Amino acid sequence: MATGRPDVLAQPWPLAGRPRRAGRLARFARRYPVAAASAAFLFLLVLAALLAPQIAPYDPLANDYMAMFSPPSAKHWLGTDSFGRDILSRLIFGARTALLVGLTSSLVGATVGAVVGVASAYFGGIVDLVVQRVTDILVSFPLIVLAMAMVAVLGSGTANLVVAIALSFAPRAELVVRSSALQVRQMTYVEAARAVGASPWRIILRHMLPNVLAPYLVMLTAFLGQAILLEASLSFLGLGVAEPTPAWGLMLSGAAVDFVQRAPWMAVFPGLAITLTVLAFNVLGDALRDALDPKLRV
Amino acid sequence: MLRYVLARLALVIPTLWAVATLIFLLVRVIPGDIVELRLVSGGSYVTPEVIQQERARLGLDKPVWVQYADWIAGLVRLDLGTSMWTGGPVSKEIAIRLELSLQLAVMATVVAVTLALPLGVWAAVRRGTWVDHLVQVFSVAGLATPSFWLGILLLLLLLTVFRWLPPMTFTPLWVDPVANLSQLIWPALAVGYRYSAVATRMTRSAMLEVLREDYVRTAWAKGLAERAVVVHHALRNALLPVVTVVGLEFAFLLGGLVVTEQVFNLNGIGKLFVDAISRRDYTLIQGLMLLVASAYVLVNVLLDLVYARLDPRIRYA
Repeated sequence: MATGRPDVLAQPWPLAGRPRRAGRLARFARRYPVAAASAAFLFLLVLAALLAPQIAPYDPLANDYMAMFSPPSAKHWLGTDSFGRDILSRLIFGARTALLVGLTSSLVGATVGAVVGVASAYFGGIVDLVVQRVTDILVSFPLIVLAMAMVAVLGSGTANLVVAIALSFAPRAELVVRSSALQVRQMTYVEAARAVGASPWRIILRHMLPNVLAPYLVMLTAFLGQAILLEASLSFLGLGVAEPTPAWGLMLSGAAVDFVQRAPWMAVFPGLAITLTVLAFNVLGDALRDALDPKLRV
Repeated sequence: MLRYVLARLALVIPTLWAVATLIFLLVRVIPGDIVELRLVSGGSYVTPEVIQQERARLGLDKPVWVQYADWIAGLVRLDLGTSMWTGGPVSKEIAIRLELSLQLAVMATVVAVTLALPLGVWAAVRRGTWVDHLVQVFSVAGLATPSFWLGILLLLLLLTVFRWLPPMTFTPLWVDPVANLSQLIWPALAVGYRYSAVATRMTRSAMLEVLREDYVRTAWAKGLAERAVVVHHALRNALLPVVTVVGLEFAFLLGGLVVTEQVFNLNGIGKLFVDAISRRDYTLIQGLMLLVASAYVLVNVLLDLVYARLDPRIRYA
């Protein structure tokens, strides 16, 4: 950090002053080879989700009663389910659901948490006290319990599912971001902004929020894997995405359990898809956290 | 010590009161009326009289502050209200299922600890070797594997290899330990593996920290066997953060039980919660959320007391 630039020294998060981009990426890949492999896997997954209608061999919703419970073959690479639907095609389209719900709910959850956390740190006093007590209580529930309670309050459906997952993440992001924001609040540039008469919300959004980017990104990447796992669990329980939408968790419920011996491919492949995706997001998130700030290691 | 215990216990009541208030508010922010919402979500046409009757039966026609007073007054008497679905007391619905879930939670914790302690210690002692990497892969994979999928794979394994399925009905441990354990060990494995991941990581990092201490170097220097150094000098001192993680995970276990009880068709607290959500039984949801939060609060108190017992610096601070 000995760049001689006082503004860099004053930053609690070492994000400023980045060298050439390509060099950084190559160094990241060399230091974290597993993370680079995870990133490659996720890139392919996103590609598959975007190009789903082009690359999926079958219509994911098309029933084929002549081909129910077909084992994996040249015709159906990963077999078919109890309605004769092609599992590979449903997995590819299911990636859309998983990524869409995972990305939006993590983004909304981390952002809501960050804004509340920074505001709570900025205002302090009674606002901070009340927000912190409520947060303390909310983090005492397991994520899935909180998300299920939100589903009960909001009703089912994909949009409500995103909100439910996001709202159960928010208190966790709030805790982490607030503790960084407390440091940022002491910085001279915040004082300067107040001195020139900036409004509280301008200070919060324009001056403080950009400076808690590192913990925000760490929380965001940590949420991605958990959000996909949560979506799969809730859909599995019948409280998330509804049939006939292809979703990995949904593919594991009902017939997949009842016919597990007759058609094990129905249960094995969707579970593998969930596990690999969550694993890739977690590994990538861990590496990103190490690279951004080792102090955030949990 | 007694003063510390009493001071810590005195904090429990206001905490639980705040939790109960927040849960009450959470359920009341529902847009619209919970009775209407529940009856209409059934899909059938309901007359206003029926809604009014149901509202009166559940005491929802009173002003909000009276309902709040009723809810808190009921809690003092351990009365969680009446289930909107079965019409029976919520506390009874919970009580008849608590035994199964509590036993499952304890067994899953035992599974998690027996996996985490040896693996974490082994990885720390062999830091940077293939053992360390393998253990880390095992624990990272544990966090990514959905416990319900692991449960399905276990059932598949039992079916194909042993052509056997665990018994479907619950037998209490003292009635028939064999039947009881042969039913519950599988879900305990599925949940326990997932929960071992965090504890393994914690054991490893706590051990790494302790292994750098002077007294460990002294133990090595005076020629003690590796086993004595690792177990008696290092592990004992690395245990405190591990106890914390295991305790908090125990409080969070309901999260794992919610999906796993569904796979193994166990009639426990987790399944009750899923049913309560899908039937929109708001009084039951309130009661169960309070149960989960209370478990967390109580585990925290117990942890504080264990700390004070283990580390005198805490109780005099």
